[in-house]
Amino acid sequence: MTRKLILWLPFGLLMGLFAAFWLGLERPSDHIIASRMVGQPLPEFAAEAAIPSLPGLATADFRDGKPRLLNVFASWCVPCVQEIPMLLRLQQAGVEIDGIAVHDNSADLSRFLTENGNPYDRIGLDQDGKAQIALGSAGVPETFVIDGQGKVIYQHIGVVTEADMADLRKMLASRR
Amino acid sequence: MKRAALFIAALILAPLAASPIAAQDYAEVSLPDPEQESQALALMDSIRCVVCQGQPISGSNADLAGDMRRLVREHIAAGESPEQVRAFLVGKYGDWVSFKPVVRSETLPLWLVPLLALLGGGWLVANRIRVRKA
Amino acid sequence: MIAEAGLAALWLAAALAFAQLLVGALAIGRNQASLAPAIVPIAIAQAMLAALAFACLIAVFARSDMTVLLVAANSHSAKPMLYKIAGTWGNHEGSMLLWVTILGLSGALIALFERKLRADTKVATLAAQAAIALGFYAFLLFSSNPFARIAGVVEGAGLNPLLQDPGLAFHPPTLYAGYVGMSAGFSFAVGALVTRNVGPDFARAMRPWILGAWVFLTIGITAGSYWAYYTLGWGGWWFWDPVENASLMPWLAATALLHSVTVLATRDGLRAWTIMLSVLAFSMSMVGTFLVRSGILTSVHSFAVDPERGLFILALLALYIGGALALFAARIGTVAEGNRFELVSREAALVMNNLILTVVLVVVLAGTLYPLILEAASGAKISVGAPYFNATAGPLALILMVLLAVGPLLRWRADRPRLVLDRIAPALFAAAAGLLLLAAFAGRIGVLPLLGLVAAALVAIASIAPLWKRNLTRTPLFTWGMVIAHFGCAVSIAGMACDAAFTKENMVSVAANETRGVGPFSVTLLGVRERAGPNYQILEAVLSARKPGAEPFAMTPQLHAFSDPPMTTNQAAIETFWNGQLYITLGENSEQDRFVLRMWWKPFVTLIWIGGALIALGGALSLLGRVRRDLWDSRWPWQSTKTVRA
Repeated sequence: MTRKLILWLPFGLLMGLFAAFWLGLERPSDHIIASRMVGQPLPEFAAEAAIPSLPGLATADFRDGKPRLLNVFASWCVPCVQEIPMLLRLQQAGVEIDGIAVHDNSADLSRFLTENGNPYDRIGLDQDGKAQIALGSAGVPETFVIDGQGKVIYQHIGVVTEADMADLRKMLASRR
Repeated sequence: MKRAALFIAALILAPLAASPIAAQDYAEVSLPDPEQESQALALMDSIRCVVCQGQPISGSNADLAGDMRRLVREHIAAGESPEQVRAFLVGKYGDWVSFKPVVRSETLPLWLVPLLALLGGGWLVANRIRVRKA
Repeated sequence: MIAEAGLAALWLAAALAFAQLLVGALAIGRNQASLAPAIVPIAIAQAMLAALAFACLIAVFARSDMTVLLVAANSHSAKPMLYKIAGTWGNHEGSMLLWVTILGLSGALIALFERKLRADTKVATLAAQAAIALGFYAFLLFSSNPFARIAGVVEGAGLNPLLQDPGLAFHPPTLYAGYVGMSAGFSFAVGALVTRNVGPDFARAMRPWILGAWVFLTIGITAGSYWAYYTLGWGGWWFWDPVENASLMPWLAATALLHSVTVLATRDGLRAWTIMLSVLAFSMSMVGTFLVRSGILTSVHSFAVDPERGLFILALLALYIGGALALFAARIGTVAEGNRFELVSREAALVMNNLILTVVLVVVLAGTLYPLILEAASGAKISVGAPYFNATAGPLALILMVLLAVGPLLRWRADRPRLVLDRIAPALFAAAAGLLLLAAFAGRIGVLPLLGLVAAALVAIASIAPLWKRNLTRTPLFTWGMVIAHFGCAVSIAGMACDAAFTKENMVSVAANETRGVGPFSVTLLGVRERAGPNYQILEAVLSARKPGAEPFAMTPQLHAFSDPPMTTNQAAIETFWNGQLYITLGENSEQDRFVLRMWWKPFVTLIWIGGALIALGGALSLLGRVRRDLWDSRWPWQSTKTVRA
């Protein structure tokens, strides 16, 4: 009996393996690395002003009782252009949006904002990725919702599209 | 002779003024202390790049990988242990970012596999060995 | 026209594979023995048609025929001819066509040259080979047609620049020859199970085929490792990347099989286990193909992936491997148990070798797949990399090295421990001397590299011990093969340990005429220049490197900027010395007038691949020795040398 079981064991193991493969194919990995900072206080960071006309930003700016969006972007990032109209609409609806520009420079940023519009109240320049890593952000664009107490309550990875607006509004409203 | 010609050509083509040593960017430059640098390198080999995903940050050209290398070197230079830096990054990006799986209930099967395979195989082999009583 | 001819050849080859399977099934299952001889010409014709289809695909790539979808998607008219041709298998469809071509050719070789196998087992083997081929023909024709046409494309999209390297010309074909060559072992095992013919004769017939595939696999992995080493530009030679693991797993199974088949041939032991390993070796090849082709795992190597097709390959896998293992479970009970072993004997050492190799295989498989399984089951994302594999496979490899030192010095059946100790004493002295030398001169090195170097010294001496007191000219070729392959293991392990223990690395940012040091070298940047390559722009740093008191030499690490598709690759400058390599890359993130250089001095790193080459050479000599003896036996059967010394 044991011998028989042992003989069927390889068959069982490999079939289990194939079941796992099948699962892996059916539910492919999204390759998304979510931030572990969601649900935690915004980590300490300070980013100098990216363009002369707007102030830079630091953690303390987020503790003024108002929820806001923190958008990680860059002027060299092609998909970032697509979400600017969405962010502008949120801005018109009264949402405060701060930006962190990753690996960027003043001249390119100014051109980017002139061409596409400027939804930002403050833009911090993150030349060495410190703020981005502090946030647990793995790429651009990403949009975080920060509540009035300076806590990260939501992370949206990728371009903000029409379909994401409802979620963002809901998160912004939740702790107002 | 050919090599010398090559050098001269190079110098004519790209005359570069030797500039004073700029502040070192630890994304691309080793730490001055070799002991710390080797700790940092070993750690960078086992931190996964969140952009290119297949490579460790030590071998990736992505900007963010460079940022992480700088961060690793700066933290090590400030006296943190490699495992503290690893914990910092895991705290930001989750277990995924470390190539070194921690031992806990979720990964227990992974660490038990070698042991179980060795025991199971050993038992099968023991059944086939005839011990001769001398 | 060429594409249509290729497609027609592929359909015909598929039809012949079907005929081959049918004839085999009728001859074995329905006792229509008169049909059996027909299977040989069918197998040969099938292989020729598959090869013809492959030749047609090479032709359309060589002519840059942009009306063929595959060429338009993967090639570019401005590419050098070598990469146009090699690009044929640098993509999904082409590599699968290469796969079935090699499958067909190995079937044809069996049909033509296999003489020792019982006739009915040979027919069943060829039928099994046809069954595998049929599935992959179906895969190509129904979901991956390499000859599909497209209209209106003027220029191709280009080949991934990382693949535009001479490595592409030979690495995939040799690796595939190894992967697919394992199908011979699989088919032999199925044939033996179907015709209930598991014994020493079967093992002797199978052995050369396994050896051949194993040699290709060894060359493929060694070459792939060196290719990754110089092309990825970060000085590593093995990354425990899923795709690399996918090539290592069949090699581990095949290495175990190579040794167990010897036990079966010589001592009629390990019957069931040898069959099991034959199935496993090819299963791992197919799992490897699946992992690479389906893109199910994240890897630096996953080019040309498509999850849709993954399901098709998975179904084939389940069918073939599941079928073979079910047949194994159902049939092997009727095979009488083989001989048992004494604890101190050659066969016991080989069994232990098999045990350790299999455990390493299980570890590599588990480490590669666990993140996938965990994410599918619980959504948790983890990564398993070098720290896990080194901690688990490292110690197992050391145990393996000790077995490798002792095993060949043991006699078959039974041996006396005292005598064994006498035989291995010189090797033990060498290992002790190595340990003392390292303790005295090496400074602080890790435990694993230290033990690796000691084990290498042990194995290096022990591996040549079987040649002592023998007439070297009369020593059989396969004994030479074994000695050289085992010595190669010592060489390779020594290289790995040296790389881990003694590598010096320095990353610097330099302006012109500045000098930095790495290991014993000082390196000066003379200048940086741009120029045009064949289908890319070159940014080249001109360096002058020298050892104290020696002549300076030039090194030129480059960056290649491709436009089709847009991508920059690293071309490391590597200077090889007898005692190591100086390896320098130019960083991409350079500023205006300062350039980033990554410099490594890697003592004895070349031993890794020299060892790999020696292992393959040993395998090839062994194969030659076996084949020559077989020919001798078949010509003068009355002088048969049946008492084979392995």
